[in-house]
Amino acid sequence: MLLEAKNITFSYTKKKTILDNVSLGIEKGERVALVGPSGCGKSTLSQILAGYMKPDKGEVYFDGKLLPEKGYCPVQLIYQHPEKAINPRWKLGRTLTEAWEPDQELLDDMGIEKEWLTRYPIELSGGEMQRFCIARAMGPDTKFVIADEMTTMLDVITQAQIWELLLHIVDKRNLGMLVVTHNPLLAERICTRVIEFDKM
Amino acid sequence: MKKMNRRTKTVMLVIIIAGILLIISAAGLLMNPALYEPNYAAKKLPPCAAHWFGTDYLGRDMFCRTIKGLSNSIMLGTMAAVFSAFMALFLGIVSASVGGRADKIISYFVDLVMGVPHMVLLMLISFSLGKGLKGVVIGVALTHWPNLTRVIRGEVLQVKNMQYVKASKKFGKSNFQIACHHIIPHVMPQFLVGLLLLFPHAILHEAGVTFLGFGLSVDTPAIGIILSESLKHISTGMWWLVFFPGIMLVAVVMLFDKLGDNVKLLIDPSSAQE
Repeated sequence: MLLEAKNITFSYTKKKTILDNVSLGIEKGERVALVGPSGCGKSTLSQILAGYMKPDKGEVYFDGKLLPEKGYCPVQLIYQHPEKAINPRWKLGRTLTEAWEPDQELLDDMGIEKEWLTRYPIELSGGEMQRFCIARAMGPDTKFVIADEMTTMLDVITQAQIWELLLHIVDKRNLGMLVVTHNPLLAERICTRVIEFDKM
Repeated sequence: MKKMNRRTKTVMLVIIIAGILLIISAAGLLMNPALYEPNYAAKKLPPCAAHWFGTDYLGRDMFCRTIKGLSNSIMLGTMAAVFSAFMALFLGIVSASVGGRADKIISYFVDLVMGVPHMVLLMLISFSLGKGLKGVVIGVALTHWPNLTRVIRGEVLQVKNMQYVKASKKFGKSNFQIACHHIIPHVMPQFLVGLLLLFPHAILHEAGVTFLGFGLSVDTPAIGIILSESLKHISTGMWWLVFFPGIMLVAVVMLFDKLGDNVKLLIDPSSAQE
């Protein structure tokens, strides 16, 4: 197993347990969709899998070992709102190279234009910003990608473009991927396996 | 010729305002004290070519006295505002990033100082420190930090939980790198603007506390002293004694205010490339 969650339990308040004893395993090269209605805990689970939050109980294993808390995380999360995942005070060139130095080939693959690099995030559209978020997360040490409702706020054409770009890179590098979505059609189209959140 | 864009204009304005303020403070610093010494041959003159702002009942030239007073006020304001602003930066960052008990204690002191009227606290501190320059500077510095502390604390709390800061951590960045690259640049604009906007406050409070007699000693040429002395003579028709120094004080305060607003325009990213 590349990424494995064992018996994850998590709650924001004492009254309601949002994740109750959830287990999940994903192999290398597999593309898994996590489908479920809004507010059921998909995003919470993906934040836990990427190490952004700690579960109340249970562990997340990467490649047989506990997910590292310090240093570059091999599991990278691509967030729902690109405008929140980019420092508004930095020009995009700096954001792009924060984690690593992407080569020209990747920028071409992602359709990032050179003139965008000297702009501020406020001067780009959501789809353009999301490309930067993806490129930034695709460092050489990234082995697994979690896309949390990555294209929900984009129009259909941009959605299709971005998925095509991301799948191209994921295939090329043989990465594992977890796609969080509430769109079952998208899940079927993109993934090799679909998990329904309620049946976990 | 290419038309100046808004950013260039703002930069020009900032340079001009900063220049005027610098010239006033330098002129006051380097001024020959003989220029505002009593001259009994030229008492109570209304404004004329030789004495632009007129002279007072001791024959002192009011223009030189006003400039010297403003310069003193600007110096004093600088000391107090810089001290206050750095105190606010430090306390704000500590309060937000350490949290827990430190946050509670700092917030308590913020509420405590904000709960007492500025002027009263300023008078008490200045008086208990023996008035004079020391009393006023420490008094102004110790009463002006809470507002900015609250602003900076809020900003740090907010940016700390932003997705891009969390992501930065997952790219393997240390807390120190995150503080240097994300958090401090984020609060810098607030800090700088807060610092500049503290000036007018500090200057007005200095003038105020001096006017009330709890500040600088009577022989220093300070705006507060000039105004309180002049008020005694206004009923005898010597309007220029209070009018010109008053106008100059308002002008300097407004210049600082304008400077703060324009610097804010320059460093705010949503208007940076306009």
